[in-house]
Amino acid sequence: MSIGCIYALVALGFVLIYKATEVVNFAQGELMMLGAFLAYTFISILGWNYWLGAAAAIGCMFVIGSLVDRVLLRPVLGQPQFAIVMVTIGFGYIARSVAGMMPGWGTETYAISTPFSSEGMQILPESMGFLVISQTDLSVIIATILFCGILYTFFTYTKLGVAMQAASQNQLASYYMGIPVKSVFSMIWGISAAVAAAAGILLAPTTLIDTSMGFLGLKAFPAAVLGGFGSIPGAVVGGIIIGIIETLAGFYLPPGFKNVAAYIVLLIVLVVRPQGLFGEKTGKRV
Amino acid sequence: MRFLFKTDYEQDIQLAKHSGYIWSYGALLLAVLIVPFFLEEYYVGQMTQLYIMAIAGVGLMLLAGYTGLISLGHAAFFGIGAYTEAVLTGNGLALPFMDEPIVFSFFLSFPLAGIFAAIAGIAIGIPALRLVGIYLAIATFAFAIIIEEILSRWESVTNGYSGLLVESIYFGDFELTDGTPFYYLCLGVLIAVILFSLNLLRSPTGRAMMAVRDSEISAQSMGVNLAKTKTIAFALSAGITGLAGALFAHKLGFLSPESFTVLQSLELLVLVVVGGLGSMHGAVFGALFVLALPQGLAILKDYLPTQIAEVPGIEPLLFGLILVLIIIFEPLGIYGRWLKVKLYFQMFPLYKKATFKRQKSYMKSERLR
Amino acid sequence: MNLFTAENLAINFGGVKAVDGVNFEIKKGECFTIIGPNGAGKTTIFNLISRIYDVTDGRMTLDGQDITNTPPHEIAGLGIARTFQNIELFEHASVLQNLLVGRHCHTKRSLFGEGLFLPSVRKAELEHREKVEEIIDFLDLQHYRESLIMNLPYGVRKVVELGRALCTEPKLILLDEPSSGLNVEETQDMAFWIDDIKTDLGITVLMVEHDMGLVSEVSDRVLVLNYGRMLAHGTPSEVQNDPEVIKAYLGG
Repeated sequence: MSIGCIYALVALGFVLIYKATEVVNFAQGELMMLGAFLAYTFISILGWNYWLGAAAAIGCMFVIGSLVDRVLLRPVLGQPQFAIVMVTIGFGYIARSVAGMMPGWGTETYAISTPFSSEGMQILPESMGFLVISQTDLSVIIATILFCGILYTFFTYTKLGVAMQAASQNQLASYYMGIPVKSVFSMIWGISAAVAAAAGILLAPTTLIDTSMGFLGLKAFPAAVLGGFGSIPGAVVGGIIIGIIETLAGFYLPPGFKNVAAYIVLLIVLVVRPQGLFGEKTGKRV
Repeated sequence: MRFLFKTDYEQDIQLAKHSGYIWSYGALLLAVLIVPFFLEEYYVGQMTQLYIMAIAGVGLMLLAGYTGLISLGHAAFFGIGAYTEAVLTGNGLALPFMDEPIVFSFFLSFPLAGIFAAIAGIAIGIPALRLVGIYLAIATFAFAIIIEEILSRWESVTNGYSGLLVESIYFGDFELTDGTPFYYLCLGVLIAVILFSLNLLRSPTGRAMMAVRDSEISAQSMGVNLAKTKTIAFALSAGITGLAGALFAHKLGFLSPESFTVLQSLELLVLVVVGGLGSMHGAVFGALFVLALPQGLAILKDYLPTQIAEVPGIEPLLFGLILVLIIIFEPLGIYGRWLKVKLYFQMFPLYKKATFKRQKSYMKSERLR
Repeated sequence: MNLFTAENLAINFGGVKAVDGVNFEIKKGECFTIIGPNGAGKTTIFNLISRIYDVTDGRMTLDGQDITNTPPHEIAGLGIARTFQNIELFEHASVLQNLLVGRHCHTKRSLFGEGLFLPSVRKAELEHREKVEEIIDFLDLQHYRESLIMNLPYGVRKVVELGRALCTEPKLILLDEPSSGLNVEETQDMAFWIDDIKTDLGITVLMVEHDMGLVSEVSDRVLVLNYGRMLAHGTPSEVQNDPEVIKAYLGG
């Protein structure tokens, strides 16, 4: 369940970018990795308070995300989607090796000390059944709900959020309507990177940080596709379902299935219902 | 600057557009034919590796560059080819009703490796027919991960992570799969594959592929069967990549699933993009790049101060950096740059920078409803 | 003699009746035009005929043969070619290659024969090339033969698309707004070509067009659509004076 929430958060950032800019970001996992490392730097190396460090890491990632858009993606705007995808793949390579070369980060694995204990605690009275959950997992779940709520409110009720939606529908038209499309895109990238950083920080106590944790971000694809590419609630639900399926596959199926269960689901969804659970059917008009 | 005067329709379908082509490619062919006699064994091996990567590149180029279908899972086909070859020539094909497994000769197993990969290509191609753009890329990606898992878990055949030794091919005392003979074998396969692809591209099927790439809807209205064309493209691409995999198995001599991961798929994709999408030259240039980069770095390291040279991860960094820079500044890849340089000398001193200038374009949504 | 008939043609998009009970027949050798305000369902009818959409109801025949359920890629082989409103050419290919794709429905294809470029393939290629050259001469495209589509101006692309449709040697050609985006002179050229296609090549023309000048110049009969329904039917001058049509266009 909690790993599902992590998938959900990564998929969320991923869908955010796709929805607004139609860029499929293959480096979402790397953004998460960078966020986790930044948090590690602030909290464990510099010895800051956990909350302060986490907030600082998220803030830094917002800036980094916008920079990625400004420096790498703006020059390829308007080129085929494929080219843009390749740019994000290239950025993934760069991010991984830069993280590996940073003094203090390196290629080893690290842990962040958190104020949450990993011991189980009972959240329901015994009369209602038996549900034990660790504080760490609970923190992940709560943070996911929190982030979804914030983003939803932001997109529906603020002027900037609506502007972003407009920009995603029609770039040129929103440009003419006075929406600064370019900075909106940078904002989106920033938000998405911040969400990814949050996912990384939350994941840290469960799996430890290393430079290849970005590959976990690839699990965001099954989540995003299952939920319907481009649907924000879909991404969250998809992520959680993928997490549950994976855990179940680990329990009941022979070893090996755990790793690929998500992808088998992905293929089935693509064949049976390509628009996913919440997606809209799309087609090109002539 | 050369001006071509055409007097015959034949001229437009010739592979060599004018005598200059015959001279330059003839010289190139001669060079690669005699090169093993002058190079150290190590470099002959590297050249062989180059040809193998170029074959795989041609395979992916047909799919990504000419049919416009992006595959993020070509390492899977590469792996299927490699393992087919290793198993068929090694332990042989063992079926329950047979007393002894059949060990195939190279000349049978090699095409079979291609065919198996092609079948896998069709298997992923058929569900993929309904998918467009990025969905397809993700489907191939998922497929590759599943294949990778199968390769590592199906231990009775692939020997899992402990790896599988690949038998060398002998004819009497003559070893085909090593050194100079292998060099010529790979070169021959590469040339055959390129010629086959070029022929295809000047024929109806190749044109149908390009039509599908540029506009599915009008290709269909012109009588192109989308499903069939895409399936053919997938099968061919996978098959050619499988052949490359089979050669790769012999080159390496030892297979383990780690050689066929997602990273390998990405590397193949980088190969075609950096080389130049939509050109056969691109496949070869791209292979050259993918192989030359680590080589060049290794040489450079000797001249750099240890603090810099010892930093790990500089190779993927450059890899990513060059990829990004190429897409931003030279979307047609190395081949595009090559064309510009060529034109510069042909037009000298009249070359204008604006010749290749692109129009500023806005992103067009693919999501219109 | 009817070349094409549509009986009770209808399609719904999620409850919206884009085309609703449309009947018409096209006689061999005539130029039949569909007009109507924006969103009347004109292009939708084209998409139904080229089988990009499935009909909800009704049937279509070509030369007496039912084509209501023919797969879309077989339509060209049966003799229906089309152009598109917003030009759907193969951008990264040359004019010549685009026109050769038009020949696709007349090619025999064998993967290995083509990979080896057998003499039979070479011969077939040359034959198709000859047919394509006829179209190039017909439309005066000699000058652009080798150009990539992406480098051509809009007006020329429009002509190339017409040429590509002609290369399929159709019985019926569907032209979706042939004059949109063209200047007065180019529109005049287009009118001449449509007339030539009809009289010299003997191809029946079905066209969607907004430019009433062009419509009355080349069409034999006109069908007026509004909100997916038939409003009027007749010669260009009859239709232009129909009170229902005037109402639909001017409102009221």
